[in-house]
Amino acid sequence: MLEIVGKTNIDFMGKRQIAFGLSGVLVLIGLIAMIQIGRGAANLGIDFAGGTAVQLKFENAIGIEEARRALGKHGLHDAELQEFTRDNKLLIRMKTEGTIEQNIAEQIVQVFATEFSGNTFVVDSSTEIGPTIGYRLQQDALLAITISLIGIIMYVATRFELRFGVAAAIATFHDVLAVLGIYFILDKEITLLVVTALLTLAGYSLTDSVVVFDRIRENLRSRRRDSIAVIINKGINQVLSRTLVTTLTVVLVLVPLTMFGGEVLQDFSLALLLGVMIGTYSSVFVASPLLLAWPGGEGRLLSRGR
Amino acid sequence: MKKIRGRLLLVLFLSVISLYLFIPSWPSVYNGIPDGFKWLIPPRGVSLGLDLQGGIHLVLEVEKDRAVEIAVDRAAKAMQDLLTDKDIAYETIERVGGVQVQLDVSEEGKVEEVAELIRDSFSSYFQASQEGRTLVFELIAPEVERIKNSAINQALETIRNRIDQFGVTEPLLQRQGRTEIVIQLPGVKDPERAKNLIQDTALLEFKMVDEDNETKLGLPLQVKRSEEQAVREKFADQVPEGSEILFESIQNGEDGMPEFSQPRLIRQGAVLTGDVLRDARVNYDDFSEIYVGVTFDSKGASEFGKITKANVGKFMAIVLDGTVYSVPRINEPILGGRAQITGNFTTDEANDLAIVLRAGALPAPMKTVQDLTVGPSLGRDSIEKGLKTTMIAGIIVLIFMVIYYRLSGVIADAALVLNLLCLLGALSGLNATLTLPGIAGIILTIGMGVDSNILIFERIREELRQGRPVRLAVDAGYEKAFLTIVDSHVTTLITGLALFVFGTGPIKGFAVTLCLGIAINLFTALIGTKVVFDLINRRKLERLSI
Repeated sequence: MLEIVGKTNIDFMGKRQIAFGLSGVLVLIGLIAMIQIGRGAANLGIDFAGGTAVQLKFENAIGIEEARRALGKHGLHDAELQEFTRDNKLLIRMKTEGTIEQNIAEQIVQVFATEFSGNTFVVDSSTEIGPTIGYRLQQDALLAITISLIGIIMYVATRFELRFGVAAAIATFHDVLAVLGIYFILDKEITLLVVTALLTLAGYSLTDSVVVFDRIRENLRSRRRDSIAVIINKGINQVLSRTLVTTLTVVLVLVPLTMFGGEVLQDFSLALLLGVMIGTYSSVFVASPLLLAWPGGEGRLLSRGR
Repeated sequence: MKKIRGRLLLVLFLSVISLYLFIPSWPSVYNGIPDGFKWLIPPRGVSLGLDLQGGIHLVLEVEKDRAVEIAVDRAAKAMQDLLTDKDIAYETIERVGGVQVQLDVSEEGKVEEVAELIRDSFSSYFQASQEGRTLVFELIAPEVERIKNSAINQALETIRNRIDQFGVTEPLLQRQGRTEIVIQLPGVKDPERAKNLIQDTALLEFKMVDEDNETKLGLPLQVKRSEEQAVREKFADQVPEGSEILFESIQNGEDGMPEFSQPRLIRQGAVLTGDVLRDARVNYDDFSEIYVGVTFDSKGASEFGKITKANVGKFMAIVLDGTVYSVPRINEPILGGRAQITGNFTTDEANDLAIVLRAGALPAPMKTVQDLTVGPSLGRDSIEKGLKTTMIAGIIVLIFMVIYYRLSGVIADAALVLNLLCLLGALSGLNATLTLPGIAGIILTIGMGVDSNILIFERIREELRQGRPVRLAVDAGYEKAFLTIVDSHVTTLITGLALFVFGTGPIKGFAVTLCLGIAINLFTALIGTKVVFDLINRRKLERLSI
């Protein structure tokens, strides 16, 4: 029998102060990121902020500085440029306040056609989004997140007990905020696809918490005399090998996707990769300890296994 | 034992159905089927989203207020015609503001007569004021609403006509909300051209050149495209009332040549507009120059005849969306109801012009709210990389499972393959659109499928460690993992459904594959693999390879 970890007996609950400290920092960064997004100061993708993005694929490589100069010469300042050197690709993004009637995408293409006439290129993609639609997408995404969180708390609360539902929801929120915070610090663009990844990892992190909770519930029924902390520890240790094996397989899937999935999938899978690792951590170190932090003490958990 | 056979048949049946549904999405197999048997196969499978095959996603907003202004402009023109018919002199008749027409009659004595005439002939206008020789008529409110509402339907109809004639496979065109139109054109090779075709208002106008004043003004013979605005501003004070400067393209930007145009002084107010056209065709003249030949309907033909008769020897400008296409001299009255539009066309441009003229003008300009264009090469890149890495990742997982769980890992792998097959079959059967986030959803589903098996196997291992015999350990493992798997799947399903209901675009595509995948997962993990284990258990094994 090949095993990553054998039978373990680690005192996870004893380390919960350290874990809460670390998670506190992660959540704080995430909250700052949220506030910055609300203020419009974060690196929001144009699908949320509105604006123009054009991706060009050149015959020969082209430097970012050259490109910036060429755009500036034609009055297109404040462009954000990003190159994908492997394919000689250049991504030009402009966040515009007004409407998109000025047809900035076409202007950008024109600039490169005239300034780099020796270097032919094709337009890989061009995106123009009016600010109203960006706002609407933001609202939609927020609504979807809120509704799914409420649904999850309700489901877990009926299947287990309210404190399990709330703990799972907090752990999930913790994971989403942590990844958001990391993206904010790395100054990565938050696009619709990244939000999709965040929602996916919410589902994943939830699964993790539910698996651990399930085992804790089972133990609550069979081991009535142990303290809650001991029971929770036992549960986590029992599912530890599953937790690690699953995380390992998902990481095995996501690493090649992050590295070779192409520029479109890259940010998506990176967010998932971060999220899966944080989700594994939070199911052990955040969700379960939260059961103990519930006001009302240890004594009444699940009425001691109904 | 009978129960095993039933479940085994169910698994087999679902595999076959999935494979059958998937065939149309697999071109190399589908095309290999002889034509005589194609009717046996469902006609449509998975279609690729815009991000995978390239194409355009446009959201346009009808500028409703402009639609009303255009209607009022038209009424003002009709009022001019009416007074000219009745031989009543006027100074100006024009739209003021959004919904009013102001008439300045030359003789004070005629004002009453004019007011009565307008009241009789234009029932949707009421008299707002009368002061000296000035009359103001206003469009009634319900009519304003009607024009606004019909504008979007007209626009939808016009764009549909244009796209149909352009020839795009499986275009999607629908109304969104009160003012927006969503257009999806998958697989379009030349996105810029398609966008122009859709968005050109295509208002064709025949206008007279203000020849006397044009020579007096001394306009430059040719200017660069970028200088047009400057020229307009420079001459703004000298342009006589009732005329305007429009530009005629005399050299388009092809072959890297600079674009030049010639400013012309054109009388405002069209003598004839494109709504009297019956047909428009591309043709070549004797010098094999390309042109678009237009045919007027009977009303248009007689009007055009009258106008050309009255203006022999003068220059007439053919104006489309504010750009002068050509300025032919009227050599003789044209009575046959035909005209030619020449210009510096490429074949594509001429074709597109003919299409927009046939399909008719948009009731108002359209504003772009959202425009996502993916070139065909990026789409191909994405699908290649996405599929390739998904396959590599999948194979890594399959190998890992066999290494870690031995023979049981093989069973789990079989379940994964079954899972993927059912998911693809279901997507194909529903004619779903596969997008990049959709592929991500499939990957997540694979992850969850693996997780279910890991949960079960770890539980079986635990039972075995406690010394249970194989058969009891397997049953206990499944039984104990059952609730966990259901709980974890249902919570993810809740997220998936929320995304499906409230998400838009790419998020929705992701949600579809996720929800389907979860449902199929539950089946393959809890029934599919269990039946195999039950089969194995009939042999009363001493040891289990897990």
